[in-house]
Amino acid sequence: MAQPKSKGARLRPVHLLLLLPFIAMLWVGFYNRAEPSLAGIPFFYWFQLLWIPVGALLLWPVYRAEDRDSGGRPQ
Amino acid sequence: MNVVALSVFVLLFGFVTVLGFVAARWRRGDLTQLAEWGLGGRRFGTIVTWFLLGGDLYTAYTFIAVPALMFGAGATGFFAVPYTILVYPVLFLCYPRLWSVAHAKGYVTAADFVRGRFGNRTLALAIALTGIVATMPYIALQLVGMEVVIAALGVQGEWALFVAFGILAAYTYTSGLRAPAMIAVVKDVLIYATVIAAIVIIPSQLGGYAHIFASVGADKLVLQPATQTNWGAESAYATLALGSALALFLYPHAMTGILSSSSRHVIRRNSVVLPAYSFALGLIALLGFMAIAAGVKDNPAFADGFRDYGNNFAVPALFLQSFPSWFVGVAFAAIAIGALVPAAIMSIATANLFTRNIYREYLAPDCEPGRESQVAKIASLVVKVGALFFIVALPQSYAIQLQLLGGIWIIQTLPAVLIGLYTRWLNPWALLIGWGVGIASGTAMAASLNFAKSIYAVTIFGVTIPCYAALSSLILNLIVSVALSAIFNALSQTREDATLAEDYL
Repeated sequence: MAQPKSKGARLRPVHLLLLLPFIAMLWVGFYNRAEPSLAGIPFFYWFQLLWIPVGALLLWPVYRAEDRDSGGRPQ
Repeated sequence: MNVVALSVFVLLFGFVTVLGFVAARWRRGDLTQLAEWGLGGRRFGTIVTWFLLGGDLYTAYTFIAVPALMFGAGATGFFAVPYTILVYPVLFLCYPRLWSVAHAKGYVTAADFVRGRFGNRTLALAIALTGIVATMPYIALQLVGMEVVIAALGVQGEWALFVAFGILAAYTYTSGLRAPAMIAVVKDVLIYATVIAAIVIIPSQLGGYAHIFASVGADKLVLQPATQTNWGAESAYATLALGSALALFLYPHAMTGILSSSSRHVIRRNSVVLPAYSFALGLIALLGFMAIAAGVKDNPAFADGFRDYGNNFAVPALFLQSFPSWFVGVAFAAIAIGALVPAAIMSIATANLFTRNIYREYLAPDCEPGRESQVAKIASLVVKVGALFFIVALPQSYAIQLQLLGGIWIIQTLPAVLIGLYTRWLNPWALLIGWGVGIASGTAMAASLNFAKSIYAVTIFGVTIPCYAALSSLILNLIVSVALSAIFNALSQTREDATLAEDYL
């Protein structure tokens, strides 16, 4: 087998970052409002759209931490 | 009939047809092996997987139905955005383990994994049947997306749909998963071009975003706020997003997309880069509001379309009203080709399930690999004919209702598949009973709503909590699975697990 085994499966504190999108998205009462609007777009919409890149960026440190943990390059 | 738009549409459709057949030669493999035909030889890297999963998950039906929901019901249709945000942490965390164990043991389907992990063929059969039954109406709905744009081009009758599906069936048969992987690239280029054009051109025609949102009624702009005694639309919104996110990668077509990648790291990287599609989806959802602002419903030219297809006609109508003819052709081709990619992957995934977990397990245990691949090819044809029959012979509402039920059913495989990735503590018979309870309770909830909605109000301590039936039935499933596992495990400890701890890493 060419692929070294990574230890990426073990859970560490950095994985808690992955909880943030759940808190932000499931607390609907927080963002269910029209104001403050941004460039004419109500809060409800721009807040959720903003979380798309934020959610992706939060994965990045977790990804890096898992790779470091498995000893360098993933492949 | 719109000749310019139709010509562009036919040209693009012809191009992807050629591509579909040429795909058989791409990264050439022995297509008489199931993992070659049905998983593209597990050789897709980060970029191909990005296109494949993007084409697979963000389907034509999504592009029609999500804005249609925004158009008709308002803010609640935007749940597709938190849904796709929550999908990726789950994908990142859980599914690399599934890839690893599937790679180590040669599993092609989720039911293969369950069979190996729990050593119980009845449970594996339940998982496989759930996948097949949940996916069939989903394929049928892809046809709805195609049907709407073909009608919007002014082509009468169902013959065009038959031709499109015949072509799809032929190249799926010859090229397997390589065909949708290659076509997905074209689909994505067209979709992105359409989205960018739409968000630039249409708002400027309509007087800017502020004006678009101002023309949406106050009752549709945000959700009805929760009260002390009724959490209302807010809990419906949150549970829809969470339930859909948990269900998505349990669908066979999503599983096929994951297992066809060349390493677990491809999946991890894609969890970071796939959200680019979510952004496109969010913008597409807003097309529903643009259609309101553009007043397409009052345009007599679109009266027939709305009569035949309801709010699903909102986006095609908006494009016809806003774009020059040639670009209407591009945009409609994007939607129609966007239907071909998931329809192909879904039929391949269903065929894999039938071949591996029903045919080989129960009907022909000694079948050779070549025979296995042949059976899968034929099964993919049968599945597509079934989907076509569904759309042509039965009322469209059946497919929509069944797809809604499909989401409730597929999530019941979560305890066996996802929790099974981490522990074998759960007892297979307990899982099977939990699965049955989940399916029965979820279906009963939907039935009590006449299969028209999936939001079932649960009352706890005097507080009414409208909840997505998939999520509430999953909770019942989990309670039963855990409680019975405790009892069954106390009675007997014998267990066959074909997998080892290091297979998951």
